[in-house]
Amino acid sequence: MSKFVYADHAATTRVAPEVLEEMLPYLSSEYGNPSSLYSIGRASSLAIAAAREKIASLIGAKPNEIYFTSCGSESDNWAIKGAARANAAKGRHIITTVYEHHAVLHAMDSLKKEGFEITYLKVDADGQIAPEALEAAIRPDTVLIAMMYANNEIGSVLPIREMAAIAKAHKITFFTDAVQAIGNLPVNVAELGVDMLALSGHKIHAPKGIGVLYVRTGVRIANLIDGGGQERGKRGGTENVAYIVGLAKALELAVEGLPDMERIAAMRDRLAREIVSRIPYSRINGGMEHRLPGNLNVAFEFIEGESLILLLDMAGICASTGSACSTASLEPSHVLLSIGLPPEKAHGSLRLTLSHENTEEDVDYILEKLPPIVQRLRDMSPLYEQVGKN
Amino acid sequence: MNYSEKVMDHFSNPRNVGEIADASAVGEVGNAVCGDIMKIYLKIENDIITDVKFKTFGCGAAVATSSMATEMIKGKSVDEALTLTNKAVVEALDGLPPAKIHCSVLAEEAVKAAVADYYKRNGIDKEVPLHGTACHGNCAACSGH
Repeated sequence: MSKFVYADHAATTRVAPEVLEEMLPYLSSEYGNPSSLYSIGRASSLAIAAAREKIASLIGAKPNEIYFTSCGSESDNWAIKGAARANAAKGRHIITTVYEHHAVLHAMDSLKKEGFEITYLKVDADGQIAPEALEAAIRPDTVLIAMMYANNEIGSVLPIREMAAIAKAHKITFFTDAVQAIGNLPVNVAELGVDMLALSGHKIHAPKGIGVLYVRTGVRIANLIDGGGQERGKRGGTENVAYIVGLAKALELAVEGLPDMERIAAMRDRLAREIVSRIPYSRINGGMEHRLPGNLNVAFEFIEGESLILLLDMAGICASTGSACSTASLEPSHVLLSIGLPPEKAHGSLRLTLSHENTEEDVDYILEKLPPIVQRLRDMSPLYEQVGKN
Repeated sequence: MNYSEKVMDHFSNPRNVGEIADASAVGEVGNAVCGDIMKIYLKIENDIITDVKFKTFGCGAAVATSSMATEMIKGKSVDEALTLTNKAVVEALDGLPPAKIHCSVLAEEAVKAAVADYYKRNGIDKEVPLHGTACHGNCAACSGH
């Protein structure tokens, strides 16, 4: 079999065998509705309770502060719209950042139509925001702050603890999207001091289609789905038992695997060093200091990212790009533009995200395949032609 | 993004990549800000395109449409080359995803820009009918797709 290197773990991950094993009974023999009173119903209900308890203890929450959702985007939407609407009588100003995930930015767009005003905090070239910038943006009518724990494209990790402390001092609800942070960094809601936190299963080797929203006791949030009273009446709908069980197992494994992050960061650092030294006109996007251990984002001048991804795919390497051409929007990555990259460089960006499943051999393989592919595209590029002549 | 087999073939084995040192005409369209630039070199003898090469900065569809467009005009007369439409390029590639149709427009424009250059260099007083979709760097407001 030809070599296959999956280096796009920020996009999604493979379901871990241990996770699948825990899930399987709930996809076959244990099919009872958790709301049913008979024994197989109770078995499902107990499984959910155990999963909720496990997840709560792994992130420093109480079980009744954990709400299961269908994905990270749902958690983001619910937290933002739910908290904004529940607090609208107090004020209609929200603070967020320019480089949030689209689930957050587009939720903000919806709220704008309802009369909310949004302040977008800028990030610096490293992808960082100073806590003072948040302090300065707070107004008397600010009711919500939404700030990601770690960025999905450039891996920047924000000082959420300090940010949440500022929010608390002003009695403003603080939400963090921890979808990328979970499994890569310790995530403890009590230590962070956040009011709400979103996470997603498929980034940590659980299946796609399951997420969590943590809502601290006492935080006001509007109900999401009116139904049969599941999730304490806030999100109706029969629970996705197997996926909930899978998520709890995946999170347990992710927390157990945190010490491995040093090895992953070292692999990532070698990849970064070697790419920049072997490929001229390449540059790391975002700062290396406060960054997710597995994240690397590089801009290659004179080439376009989609072509790069297609050629890497032919070589058996899965990665992603911030190029507009890989999306339907025709706009390059808002994240790369936010750290000051000109659009033409954002088009030539490559994101490689490593996990514990990657090896040093994978890094060697990427380093063997990537430089000639970049060169091949440059040889085809009219922009590079001008460089050669100058 | 699902490309047809033909698009993937022309992307992974592009025909006519390169430059022509003593080209009779060169046409360049697109904008790095938008993420695609196409440059087409023509060698023209007695109004016949005897050789054609291209260089492209862009996505898979941009490379494939450049490759296909150069194949389609090779050996043709200059007038015939001007009749090449983006639609014909799309059809020859067994279709393109909707978001990539603008790449085929660029390919058509690149051929036309090269012919316009040929006319200009040779003092031929002919108009080249352009789409009017020349890239202005504002992707969101672009009518070329």
